[in-house]
Amino acid sequence: MTGTHTDESTVTLPAARGACPFAPPPAYGEARRRSPVSPMSLWDGTAVWLVTGHQQMRTVLLDKRFSADARVPGFPFLSPGRKQLLTKATPSFLRLDDPEHSRLRRMLTGDFIVKRAEAQRPQIQRIVDEVLDRMTGHGSPADLVRDFALQVPSRVICLLLGVPYADHQFFESQTSALVDLSTPPEEIKAAMAELTGYLTRLAERKRREPDDSLLGRLVARGELDEAECAAMGMVLLVAGHETTANMIALGTLALLRHPEQMARLRAEPSLMKGAVEELMRYLSVVHFGLPRAALEDVEIDGTLIRAGEGVLCMLSEANRDEALFQDPERLDITRDARRHLAFGFGVHQCIGQPLARAEMQIALETLLRRLPGLRLAVPYEELEYRTDKAVYGVRELPVTW
Amino acid sequence: MRVGVDRDRCCGAGQCVMSAPAVFDQSESDGLVLLRQGWAGSAVRGDVELAVALCPANAISVEDDAGKA
Repeated sequence: MTGTHTDESTVTLPAARGACPFAPPPAYGEARRRSPVSPMSLWDGTAVWLVTGHQQMRTVLLDKRFSADARVPGFPFLSPGRKQLLTKATPSFLRLDDPEHSRLRRMLTGDFIVKRAEAQRPQIQRIVDEVLDRMTGHGSPADLVRDFALQVPSRVICLLLGVPYADHQFFESQTSALVDLSTPPEEIKAAMAELTGYLTRLAERKRREPDDSLLGRLVARGELDEAECAAMGMVLLVAGHETTANMIALGTLALLRHPEQMARLRAEPSLMKGAVEELMRYLSVVHFGLPRAALEDVEIDGTLIRAGEGVLCMLSEANRDEALFQDPERLDITRDARRHLAFGFGVHQCIGQPLARAEMQIALETLLRRLPGLRLAVPYEELEYRTDKAVYGVRELPVTW
Repeated sequence: MRVGVDRDRCCGAGQCVMSAPAVFDQSESDGLVLLRQGWAGSAVRGDVELAVALCPANAISVEDDAGKA
């Protein structure tokens, strides 16, 4: 493979979605059925490999010969704006390889242990109840995205990081620009500068006035300068906000479209943990594929990937691999979906997953319990989706109850 | 079965604790894996096998009672 593919079966990324808003683009499924590692090309014609098989994806994401560092030759970018975003001067640990990745990630792992997320459940429940009180207080209809789904993770991450909630509108608008595929490079650069400036000032303040927040303790360790602390804060703001928010909103819509399963979940709240895993599998909102670049020639399932070639691991397809999930196009909240790869795989797998799971479980459980008459306030056919955002979801979800 | 963990490989994702809480724990200081017990009986065998499958960093090893991996 030298620069471009010539095979006419090549998929161009990101591919268009089909009629079902919950299903990934049909072209990815077709590629998986042809070969779990198949050729595709990017917006600028760059040739990369699309990994769609569950086992093949685990293999790639575990193999240290595939780099997550955006400065490595062949690293695939999905748009000019994302190239700008990912090649910034101080990369976060997401875009570094071990041992540097591990050194930085391990400064945070203690904050995201399962026990801690479990202990935070009462606080999360309080946040969810307050947000829902406010939404219902304004009367129906409401936009479940704006008035509920976006607010819950935003407040949780503010609490965790030690970011004043009063500033949430500012950083929500900035992070929203960062995850939009259509944001031009200069605007990405501006949004990053705004956020970095904000977080750097916040880190400086926490150095003067130490507190027990994640950012406060990170500053107090004394191992990172303010710019590095700001980079850590930024990745947590971006990663912890839109992902969880879109899962809550799109997950609610998926349940509204499967009323028998929604009724069952209302009647048996103990099914919620499994239901959230199944919704993550079924919806796979991180939908552009995890990018990696080969540092050496590596053979994956009979396909030779050469040093300097890019790879995109399409999580939604691993989550629909028939080898692991029977009848994968069907939502079934009672299936064992725990082997899904919606949080990624390998050493970069989502660090905040215990917290994200707690947020999704509590938000959905509370919504179903407190609003037994929850339903769409507009025809389903009128809903629009975030096809152009790094995190997929529904743009607005007008509901009544 | 015998259970082993490699803390150098561990990335603190917590999948093992969610799958087999009787066997695995996480350190409150560094978030990395700790073993509650180095041996898993038949009651938790399935949980440990799930933890092995879900560990994103390949940090868990198991050996059956006959000593084979």
